[in-house]
Amino acid sequence: MLRILINALRTGVMTTRYPDEPSLPPENFRGQPIFSTGKNLPPPEVCPVDALSQHSATGVRQLDLARCVFCGRCAEDQWVGAVTMGRDFELAARRRSDLRIEITTDDTRITESQPALNREADMNQVSSEIRRVLGRSLHLRHLDAGSCNACDWELTALLNPVYDIRRLGIDFVASPRHADGVVITGPITRNLETAVRRTIEAIPDPRIVIAVGACATGGIFGEGYANLGGVDQVHPVDVYIPGCPPRPEAIIYGIMVALGRLDARQLSNQG
Amino acid sequence: MVDPTLINALQAKAMGIVNAEIGPRPSDLTVRLSRIDDLLVAADVLIKQYTMALATLVATDETSMPDGDFKVRYIFEPTTADAPDWFVTLLVSVDAACPEVPSLTTMIPAANWHEREMCDLFGIVPVGHPDPRPLVVHDGWPKGVFPLRKAFDGSQRVPVEPAEEFPHMVTEGEGVFEIPVGPIHAGIIEPGHFRFTSVGETVLLLDARLFYTHRGLEKRMEGISPLDAFYIAERICGVCSVAHGLGYCEALEQIAGVDIPYRARLIRSIALELERLYNHIGDVGNVCAGAAFHYGTATGARLKERLQQMNERIAGNRFLRGIIIPGGVRLDLTSHLLEFITSTLQHTLTDFDSLMDRIEANPSVVERFDDTGILQNQTAMDLAVAGVAARASGVNRDARRDHPHGAFANADSPQLNVMTASAGDAMARVIVRAQEVRESIRLVDEFIRRLKPGPIKIAIADPLPGDRIGISAIESPRGEAVHWLRTDANGRVDRYHLRSPSYHNWPAVALAAETAIVPDFPLVNKSFELCYSCTDR
Repeated sequence: MLRILINALRTGVMTTRYPDEPSLPPENFRGQPIFSTGKNLPPPEVCPVDALSQHSATGVRQLDLARCVFCGRCAEDQWVGAVTMGRDFELAARRRSDLRIEITTDDTRITESQPALNREADMNQVSSEIRRVLGRSLHLRHLDAGSCNACDWELTALLNPVYDIRRLGIDFVASPRHADGVVITGPITRNLETAVRRTIEAIPDPRIVIAVGACATGGIFGEGYANLGGVDQVHPVDVYIPGCPPRPEAIIYGIMVALGRLDARQLSNQG
Repeated sequence: MVDPTLINALQAKAMGIVNAEIGPRPSDLTVRLSRIDDLLVAADVLIKQYTMALATLVATDETSMPDGDFKVRYIFEPTTADAPDWFVTLLVSVDAACPEVPSLTTMIPAANWHEREMCDLFGIVPVGHPDPRPLVVHDGWPKGVFPLRKAFDGSQRVPVEPAEEFPHMVTEGEGVFEIPVGPIHAGIIEPGHFRFTSVGETVLLLDARLFYTHRGLEKRMEGISPLDAFYIAERICGVCSVAHGLGYCEALEQIAGVDIPYRARLIRSIALELERLYNHIGDVGNVCAGAAFHYGTATGARLKERLQQMNERIAGNRFLRGIIIPGGVRLDLTSHLLEFITSTLQHTLTDFDSLMDRIEANPSVVERFDDTGILQNQTAMDLAVAGVAARASGVNRDARRDHPHGAFANADSPQLNVMTASAGDAMARVIVRAQEVRESIRLVDEFIRRLKPGPIKIAIADPLPGDRIGISAIESPRGEAVHWLRTDANGRVDRYHLRSPSYHNWPAVALAAETAIVPDFPLVNKSFELCYSCTDR
C-alpha cells in the first residue's frame, strides 16, 4: 500500500491543460487536408472512401470531412505539394453541411448552402436551453452503434489520468436515465437500430446528441443491408466530430462545442 | 513442402474422387472432394491423424461462374509447435438449387459459428447442426434473403419483418433465474447480449449473442479495387488496425506476386509489436478493474496513453493507422523516431514491471485472479482458441512463428519465445500477457538493430491479377487472424473473409464464465479481452 502511494506521488500530475491551453499534434499527425488550388488537384477516385467529389458542371472539387478517414492517400505520390495533411484536429461542427468544403480557385472554402435538419430558430432555442441547463455539468451516455472500437477506446481515454474529462464537469454514466446526452459511435447497424432508438428516447429532454467519428457522421460504410449510414438517420445530431478516430482532444473540443462553451468551426480562408 | 502422405491417407478413406493440388501458397494443399459426404471422413483424417484444427471456413457464390455452384472451403492448419507453415483446404461444390452440406460441428466444435454464419449469409444449410439458430442476422430479417450471394444488392436497406423473441438457451428448475445483460452495457464498451442462467451467484449457463456490430464489411469490399478495400480492412477493428491491415496486405501481395523490401517488413513488424504493447498493457490495467484494483487500472491507462501518444508521433494516428499500405509502409522510421521509440519503451518497461510487482504482491488481487474463469486445455483445442487465451491454457501456438509474417518471414529474423502457462485461469492470462510485453519490447529492439537503409515500398499495379487467392495468418494482440482474399476476373475483390481470433475465442469465454460466479464475469471477460467488431465485421 505504501509503495502504491509512493509510486503515485512520484508519478505526479499527468493531466493535460487542454482546452485552456492549445494542443499541437505531432508533425506526422493527419488532420484536415489542405488543398493548394493552384496545383493539379487529385481526382475523386483517389479517395478510397468517397470523401472527395467533383461538381459535374463547374468541375469544383469538394471535400466532405464527415466522410474523410484521414488516411493521407490524397496527399501522396504525385499529389505531394497539391495536398498536405494539416494538423488542425478541432473539426467539430454543428451542422453536417459545415463539413462539406468546396475547394475553389480563390483558395477559400465555402460551405454548401443546405437547409439544416432543424429550423435555425429552433436550434438556437435548444442551444441556449442546453447551455443554461447543462453548460457547467454534463453527464453523457456512450452508445456503440457498430463502431470498430477505436472511437470507443478514445472515449475511454477521456477518463484516463491524462485527459481526465471530469475536471471539465463532464462524465460518462451507466444509465440513459441519468444522462443529459449521448455520444454515439458507429454507422448505426441494423442489428442495433432498435437499441439505439430506445436508448436515445430514454434520455430526458433537453438532450444532446453527439456523433463521434467517420462512421457515425456518415462515412466509410454509408447506407446498406447492415447499416443505416450515420446517426442523423435516426435522430437529429447536435454536433458532428470528424476523425477516424478523432483524437481525445478533438472529442473534448466537440463536447465543448455541443455545450456552447466553445465556438464551432468557422468559415475561413484555407491554408 | 506439402506432405504427400496426407493425400494418400485421404484417398484411402474417401469414397469419391480426391483431387489434390498445390495452393493457394506454394506450401499449401487444396483438396477437391467430388462427393460432399467425403467431407466428414476427410476432416476426420486431418483432425485425428494429422492433429490439425479448423483455421477458417470460406463460402463463395460462384453461380455466375462456369461451375454455377456455391463452393465451401474448410481450411485447416497444424496445432503443434514444430509444425510446418501450411494450410490444407478441403473444397466442396454445393448445388445452388439445394444448398446443403453435412455439418461438422459435432465433430469439430470450432465449426459451430462458421456454419451458422454461412447459413445466414449464403443460405447454405449445415445439415445436422446441433444449434441452427441465426447468428449474424438478427430479429426481423426476412426469410430467404442472403446478403453474401452475388445477386443480392448490398447497398440497399432490407425491410424489418415482425419477429418472435430470439430463442435463448435457458435452463429451468427451482431457484433458477435468468439475468439478461446488454446489448447496451453500463460502460464504454462494445455491444453484445449475455443471458446468464444462474442459481444464486453460480452461473449455470451463459448464452452470448453477438453480431450487433455486423457492418457487412465483406460485402462492402466486393467489387472494388483491392487497393481501395485496404482502407476498410484496416478499419475492421480499432485495436487490431495494424494486424488486420498487415494480414490483408500480405494476402493482397501474394495475389500481386510482389516481394516486400526488408526495411518495410521490419517496420511492419515493429508496428505489429507496438500494437501488441499498447493492447497488452492496457488489458492488464483493465483486468485490474475487474478486481476493483484502481491503482492498477489507472496505471495501465496511463502507460497505454503514453504508448498511444508515441503511436501518434510515429504514424500520425493513435491506433497506428496509416503506417502499413499495400506494397510496404507509408512512413519511414527516422533515426530520431527510433531513439524516441527505444527510450519510451525502456521507461514503459520499468513502469510496467513495477505495476506487475504491485499486482502480484497484492493478495486481494491475486485471490481474485487465481482459479477464476478456467479454460481447460482440451476445450481450447476443441474450439481452436487463439492467442493469449490459448497459450495460457497450454496451447503452444503463435502465428508469428507458425505462419511467419512481416520480418519473421526473413531468414535472419530474431527467435520468438512463445510464452505459455498451464493453469488456464485469469491469472495465467495476465501472466502470459506480461511475459509477452517484455518479449515484444525485446523484439522491437531486435528489429531496430536489423534496420538498414533501403526502399520502404514497391508499386502494385492496378488492376491486380484476376482469379487469384491469397491467404495469410497474422498474430494480432488477441491471437491468430486468418485472411482469405480472392480477386475476380477483372482483378477486383471477389470475396474477402476475415476469421479473427475473437471469433474462435468468444465461445470459450462463455464456457470459462460457467466455472465462475456472476460477479466475476467482468473479470473473466476482461482477462480474455476480445473484440466484438472483429468478430461481427
